[in-house]
This record gives sequence, C-alpha cells and structure tokens, in this order.
Amino acid sequence: MAENKPTQTEVVSEQPLMRLENINMVFKKSNGLLTDKHIHVLKNINLDIKQGEIIALVGESGCGKTTLGRIITGLLQPTSGNIYLDGTKVTGTFKKKITSYNQVQFIQQDSYAALNPVRTIYDSLYAPIKTHNRKWSRAQIDEKIEELMSLIGLQPSSQFLTKYPHQLSGGQRQRILMARAISLDPKLIVADEPVSMIDVSLRLSLLNLMKKLNEQLNMSFVYISHDLSTTRYIAQNGRVAVMYLGEIAELGNIGDVVHQPRHPYTRALIQAVPIPDPDFASYDELPLKSMNLGSLENRTDGCCFYDRCLYSTDECKISVEYQDTPTARVLCRNLGCVPNQPIYKQKQK
Amino acid sequence: MNENIIEFRNVSIDYPLRKYTIRAVTDVTLGIKRGKITALVGESGSGKTTLSSSIIQCISEPGKIASGDIVFFDNVDGEDKKIVVSKFKEKEMKPFRWKRVSMVFQAAQSALNPVMTVEQQFVETLLAHGEDKDKQKQRARCKELLEYVKLDAERVLSSYPHELSGGMKQRVMIAFSLLLNPDLIILDEPTTALDVITQSYIFNLLKQINREKNISMILMTHDISVVAKFADYVGVMYGGRLVEYGKVNDIFRKRRHPYTEGLINATPSIIGDIDKLKPIEGSPPDLMNLPKGCIFSPRCPYAQEVCVGEEPSEICLEDGSKGRCYFFKERDNGRK
Ligand SMILES: Nc1ncnc2c1ncn2[C@@H]1O[C@H](COP(=O)(O)OP(=O)(O)O)[C@@H](O)[C@H]1O
Ligand SMILES: Nc1ncnc2c1ncn2[C@@H]1O[C@H](COP(=O)(O)OP(=O)(O)O)[C@@H](O)[C@H]1O
Ligand code: SF4
Ligand SMILES: [Mg+2]
Ligand SMILES: [Mg+2]
Repeated sequence: MAENKPTQTEVVSEQPLMRLENINMVFKKSNGLLTDKHIHVLKNINLDIKQGEIIALVGESGCGKTTLGRIITGLLQPTSGNIYLDGTKVTGTFKKKITSYNQVQFIQQDSYAALNPVRTIYDSLYAPIKTHNRKWSRAQIDEKIEELMSLIGLQPSSQFLTKYPHQLSGGQRQRILMARAISLDPKLIVADEPVSMIDVSLRLSLLNLMKKLNEQLNMSFVYISHDLSTTRYIAQNGRVAVMYLGEIAELGNIGDVVHQPRHPYTRALIQAVPIPDPDFASYDELPLKSMNLGSLENRTDGCCFYDRCLYSTDECKISVEYQDTPTARVLCRNLGCVPNQPIYKQKQK
Repeated sequence: MNENIIEFRNVSIDYPLRKYTIRAVTDVTLGIKRGKITALVGESGSGKTTLSSSIIQCISEPGKIASGDIVFFDNVDGEDKKIVVSKFKEKEMKPFRWKRVSMVFQAAQSALNPVMTVEQQFVETLLAHGEDKDKQKQRARCKELLEYVKLDAERVLSSYPHELSGGMKQRVMIAFSLLLNPDLIILDEPTTALDVITQSYIFNLLKQINREKNISMILMTHDISVVAKFADYVGVMYGGRLVEYGKVNDIFRKRRHPYTEGLINATPSIIGDIDKLKPIEGSPPDLMNLPKGCIFSPRCPYAQEVCVGEEPSEICLEDGSKGRCYFFKERDNGRK
C-alpha cells in the first residue's frame, strides 16, 4: 500500500481522518420462533480513511456496503468496535455530540426518497444551513446556496431552486443531494451508489463532479458501488476495499487491485465485469466453485469464501488471516496457490 | 430462407393519454436476424420495451401501434411463410405468444405469481397452450428445463418465488421462456438488478441456449458493455428512433452515429485509458418537447446547420448498417 509521504509543501499527518477499528455489526432477526437468528453483517472491519482521499467500497449486494456506510456516518451504532474521527473516539458518543458528525455526510442511493417531496429545492437546502449556522442572515444563506448551485453545475440556479423534487431528473436530484451534503462543510462524504439509478450519458458528469469536489475542497469520499468500472473511474488514484459477506477481502490501490487482483474472490469479480469492447468478449467460466452466495448466519472463524473457492485447503475452514502483498492486504491464507498474473494485459498509455 | 425472423417495417407506437399523445417509437425499420442475438441499447425511455413488446402485442396500456407492420417469417419445410403478426387478433396471437416468441420481462422478480409454486406456474402455462396433460411428462419437461439453467430442479419446483434469490428467479424465468420451444426470446434487461457474477453466469447460459437450441434473441439493455460481450447485432435507440444499426464489431470500431460514439466514450471500463472518457453533454430528449431537426442535435458535438432543419432520414450502407445522421456515410471513426 502506498504510504502518505510528506511532500515539500505540506506535511501530511500520519493520523487518518477516520479510523475504523474491529467494527462488527450483528442484526437480530426474530423469526417468530423461540430462537432469534443472528445475522453477522459486518465482521472485524479495520479501515483508515485518509484526509482528502477517495476510497471505494465495492462488492455484491448484501455484502454490507450500506451498513458500513451508515456506521461511518454515525447513522448506525456498530455492535462492537471503535471509530475515531481526527483521533477522537466517537463511537457511543454521537447521540449526544451530533455536531461532530456534521463533518461526515451521507448521500443515499435513492435521491427521490432523500428529498422532502413537498418542499422546494430552496427549502431543502436552506434548512440544514440555517440549523448549522444559527447566526447567519437570509442574505448570507442565499449567497451560500448560490455558491453551492454553481459548484454543482445547476445554472441558472433560479430555474431549479423553485422546483419540487419530482420536477427534477434523477441526475439533478443527485446533484442537489451533493450540494446539501457539502453545505455543512464536511470533511468526509459517504456516497451510496450515487450513479446506479442515473442514465449512462449522465453518469460521468456526476462522477466528475465528485472528483472536482474532492480535489477543490479536499473532501474525502467513501464511494459505495457494486460496479467496478465506475469505481475505477472515480477512485483513479484512490483505494478500494473489496467486500465479501461483511468482510474486506482485499484492500489496495484501485489500479493494482483491478490490474492484478489477488484474492480468489476479487479475481472472479474482475473477470465477471463486462468490457465495452467486443475484442474482449469471452465466455470463460469464472474461477468459482459455485455461483451461490454464502450465508451470513452461523459464521465461523474460517474463511467465508471457502465454499466457492478453487484454492481452498482444509485449514481455510478453521481460520484465516490477512496477508500483505506488495500491492494489497488480502484476507486469504493460500495466496501462494492463487494465480497472480493480471486478468487483462493493460492496454493503457 | 429469409435471414430475418422478424421485421419491423416503419413501426410507430403511441401512448394516447388523456391530454396528449406520447409517440414512444417513431418509424423504426429493423430486421432481427434468425439464430443471432440482436441487442437494443438505449437509455431509459428510449423506447426499447415498447418496441420489443409490440411483437407479441404486450405493449403496456394504452399503447397502440400507430402505423407500420411487424412481420414474422415462419419456415415450414424449407418454405418461407410471411405472417403479419401486427394484424393478429388476440385469438391468433395467443397460440403465437410463448410458442413462437416468448419474453422475459424486466423485473422478472415480480413476473412470477407469488402465491403459486414454480411447478404450478409452469404446468398452468403448459395446460393453457394445450400441451400434453400427462402429469409425469409435464414434470419431466419442467425438471429438464430447470436443470438446463443449472438449478436444483426438485427444490425449485416446489418453491414459492419469495424463497428464491434474484438470480434464481431470473433463471426460472429463462427456463419458463423455453417451455414451449420458441423460435425467438425477447429479453428485457435480464440482468439489470443482478450482481456482475450472477450476470456473467446468466449471459453464458443465454449464449449456450442461443447456440445449442438455435433460438434467436432480442436483448434490451442500457449497458453498452453487455452489448459488446453478448450480441451479434445491435440497434441503438434514442428518443424512440433507431439511430444506428449494424454488426456489433462494426459499431464499436466505426462509431458512425455521434450518439453511439458518445455512449461508448462515456462508458467507464476496468481497462483502458480513463482520461479519454467524456460525458455526453445535455440531457436525454423529452418526448413531449423534441428539438427541431435531428433530435440529437442539441447534444451533438458535430451538429451543423442542416441538422437543425429537417430530421435526417435513415441512411443505409452496403454492409447492412444504417443510421439516422446526415453524416452517417462519411463518419467512420475507425480505430487506429
Ligand atoms: N436493519 C437491518 N436488520 C436486519 N438485517 C439487515 C438490516 N440492514 C441490513 N441488513 C442485512 O445486512 C446485509 C447487508 O446489507 P447492506 O448493508 O444493505 O448490503 P449492501 O449495501 O452491500 O447491499 C443484508 O443481508 C441485509 O439483509
Ligand atoms: N404505459 C405507458 N403509458 C404512457 N407512457 C408510457 C407507457 N409506457 C412507456 N411510456 C413512455 O414511452 C417511452 C418509452 O418507454 P419504454 O419503451 O419503456 O423505454 P425503455 O424500455 O427504453 O426504457 C417513455 O417516454 C415512457 O415514459
Ligand atoms: S445529424 Fe447532425 S446533430 Fe444529428 S447526430 Fe448527425 S451530426 Fe449530430
Ligand atoms: Mg446498499
Ligand atoms: Mg424498458
């Protein structure tokens, strides 16, 4: 993993913006019977989020991305584990100290559900700014709103501010959510599948907007997605955590992970991604034993990918630990047996 | 034998609403090649579902074919038989639907009846089409198909839809579409709600069905990557128009229509140069308020004066490709 190296002009502190330490999330599902089912949705998540970085959480649906995103934002209390924001422990305290969590904003997937349908866009933007800056005059807030609208590229703003959510397109609503999130000057934004419901031709400009906010305002982003192609686009210089059944299977720079995936699951995942070029069409079988996702119930200390893995040995059933490779941190004990050649010879540059 | 199994001939389709009428499909002429996979690609609202579902008269209410014909070419003992299916009465369409052309609808998740087991639904369809009433034979047929799509047949037959995962339900729907041995299957965004690993399995399966059973397919998708991987031919739809049609390889190399070029350039990939990607400016067309001339002109980086006058008509090239752009013939962005 690339370490933050101090440059001549600025000294990058060693301290991450946010540190997640051994986060576990267990949901109880009562099924009407005597025993409740326990669903271990997140298991021993350790992750540092650095100031100004874009880090992506990718994985199949149900692997715990949204749950982790909500925990990062303080919307959900983990069952166990600690969270540090700027070095200060915030787990367990955020109910009282909500303001510290203004520094972390969540943008949810469904932009329609996220906005109040009977409020104009102006009102939806005004309210949180007012709450956040009690002393500001209306003129000051209006100025701030104008600045935000220009930043997110909805101009002239008067055309949009008087409208209601249903009068805007999905892409425009996502931009409004982006504006509302940055209006509180957060240090970190968690964006949950922000482009999955957006038309292809509009996706790129929305991703570009996030890249711009990241660069201009030095805001960190956690980009949640099931789509590795958009992830590679937005997190070009950032890191990716590939999640499988509530664990981080592989963590590394996105370029490395996509080019030369090391975890057996990541290798299958990358190979499954269709490439927009018929020269790459292939019907090779994926390197997996089964196409069925495992279960979150009855977890063991062993590797949760065991059932589907082509390289498993009996020991994998008993325990599994992270191994550091030159490019990534990988939750697999048999890396020596897992192929390490690139999936595609990169045609870049 | 006619190389097409279906031909759309100048088909326009309207949704007459109370206050106004939406023209969802405008003057589409398109041949679907027998034994091949033809993709229809376009963003939401471009008319893919409306066009395809018109083949089996399943356009959602109050949609109607406003003009044009849909022709099905049957092949009886080596003789071509031309059937104008768009003129069918419901009585004639009923035996045609599922038996000759079946459709896997978008949101297959909800296409299954929640209070019936998979077996009950399969059997009901077999009976409705006057197939063999022998219970043993019916069950054997269902089992064979479910195993063909790599499902645990015994378990799935006795399951209710909610007991199956999304990927399993989609495979049940694909097995269902094969039930009466159709000549053509229409697949409406068959993997949109599924994960890439499941998607990959489903496409391998569909390709296998296409090759082994020689079933023609129409695949609707908004994802040009899926087209590249899966289809032989592709029609690109924009605002209810078929703006470009050709072989998949040619379309990707030549990118004659500026919208097709824009789509390819706007699609991120896990390989290749990120800096070359760029979005299509502007927003998709509003069918109730279409621009003058070429409906892509407000977003087109190549638009000239002629483009905002009359709407361009189709330009057909010798290699079978065609498109609606004034410069379709000259434009050839052949890759170096
Ligand atoms: N409040 C909850 N109660 C019980 N189970 C939940 C709850 N929220 C999420 N889950 C379960 O946790 C798992 C992970 O969900 P989620 O975080 O939404 O995954 P993703 O966003 O990766 O699709 C799923 O199995 C889901 O059903
Ligand atoms: N039942 C309906 N009533 C009115 N308009 C409809 C109906 N179904 C589709 N439309 C309109 O027709 C256009 C094309 O829709 P559709 O064929 O579903 O496109 P696609 O499948 O490409 O997303 C859209 O503008 C849509 O709003
Ligand atoms: S006709 Fe003109 S505006 Fe339309 S796509 Fe071609 S160049 Fe662009
Ligand atoms: Mg989610
Ligand atoms: Mg559709």
